[in-house]
Amino acid sequence: MAEFRMPSLGADMDEGTVLEWRVAPGDTVHRGQIVALVETEKADIEVEVFTDGVVQELVVPVGQKVPVGTVLALIAEPGAEAAAAVAAPPPPAPAQAPSPAVTPAGRAHPPVRSPLVRHLAEERHLDLEAVSGSGPGGTVTRDDVERAAARSPRRPKISPRARRLAAEGQPAPTATPQRAESRAPGVAMRQAVGRVMAKAKREIPHYYLSMPIDLRAALDWLDARNANRSVADRVLPTALLLHAVAQAVRQHPAMNGTFDAATERHVPSERVDLAVAIALRDGGLIAPVIPDAGSLDLDGVMEALKGLVGRARRSGLRGSDLSPGSLTVTSLGDASPGSAGVAQLFPVITPPQVAAVGIGAIREQPWAVDGLLGVHPVVWISLSADHRVSDGRDGARFLATLDDLLTHPDQLGA
Amino acid sequence: MTDPTAARTPDELLADALGRIAPEADLSNVDPDEPLAEAFDLDSMDMMAVLETLQELSGVRIPDRDAPKLSTLAGVRAYLTHPPSRG
Repeated sequence: MAEFRMPSLGADMDEGTVLEWRVAPGDTVHRGQIVALVETEKADIEVEVFTDGVVQELVVPVGQKVPVGTVLALIAEPGAEAAAAVAAPPPPAPAQAPSPAVTPAGRAHPPVRSPLVRHLAEERHLDLEAVSGSGPGGTVTRDDVERAAARSPRRPKISPRARRLAAEGQPAPTATPQRAESRAPGVAMRQAVGRVMAKAKREIPHYYLSMPIDLRAALDWLDARNANRSVADRVLPTALLLHAVAQAVRQHPAMNGTFDAATERHVPSERVDLAVAIALRDGGLIAPVIPDAGSLDLDGVMEALKGLVGRARRSGLRGSDLSPGSLTVTSLGDASPGSAGVAQLFPVITPPQVAAVGIGAIREQPWAVDGLLGVHPVVWISLSADHRVSDGRDGARFLATLDDLLTHPDQLGA
Repeated sequence: MTDPTAARTPDELLADALGRIAPEADLSNVDPDEPLAEAFDLDSMDMMAVLETLQELSGVRIPDRDAPKLSTLAGVRAYLTHPPSRG
């Protein structure tokens, strides 16, 4: 019997709440299949299961906050005498649903909604919160959903996250164009970020190095490469920079991996699992991971990046996107209206990682080549590193490798 | 069910593409010559996603070198109404 446990979905996460089960006892599941939607302080994450099998029991109900590692469901793996042992599907809701109960924490349980009803509501594009339940305790039944669907025109779905922000008193996104500063991150997100950053500053002795890099050759090379591609296949400078960082880190393992505080030792990583800091549209910061970025080619990095940014922005990040990173890259490269963009950025390392790379805006600047002054697109790349693991000289060598790769882009592959 | 290939105006297509990235975006208040990235606080990845969706929805292939022409509402209207002809 396989135990499906609450995964750790970020350095800051200690507990999570199952918002929705996407499977029911008796369902067959496959490795990589999304089985639940879990709420963390930062975001609602779609969580995958990593075994094949048949769901036996959903141990933790919707709405209950549990620590990371708690068994959420039991899955009988193929070969076990599973199918026959599955309990009969629960009796229809009206026969068994209790009236809303009060949990020890003092909050009422939301009315029981089976995964089936949730699925149905989703298919019919209905907001389940707005459907009145005719079952005991306000339970929403299948019939309730079908009736509501027949009545109402197609309505937009309200994500659990939007609902939560509304509950916290944050303004809902309005119809007018917004500027970044008018969207405030939710309180929970702010606290989650703050806790990790405070811990990082308390525990990790950071040192900081920075280097300007001439991107004339790299951008010309990229433009030529993109010229005959459609917009869908374009590779952005950000992807090129991430790819270069991943390749450089492979040559400098002291910038990669984790630090074990108990043994006071660096734990190197064989792979470069590149966490990319992404700003969410309604505020807040999350750093999903490009797994094994070091073995991807440039197009692979771009694809992975598009996937992560797309999912992050749509509140559709998956558990596998939040597996631990071995290094984080933050870019404030895009200029905002009226500004050329931040020149240098000195990131805070995400524990238990041992380094972080910051990428500033690419700016046209005076640059000397062979004694002559020209104007080149220059980017300042910074390294924040853990002084328990490396020294300035190690960091300097890493930046020198990165500089070499970016000024000779043919090294970065076709 | 509506025929998904029925002709839609450039404004409708753009609104659809924008809506997937910035659900709060409202084209009706936008100056046609204002850069969309500024009007809706879109970064380079966002703009790329919008153009990619626009390409998909309109059926008009947009080579990367043409991307700057589609940076405003006016530009999108012009490009989709008279797409460059193939040689």
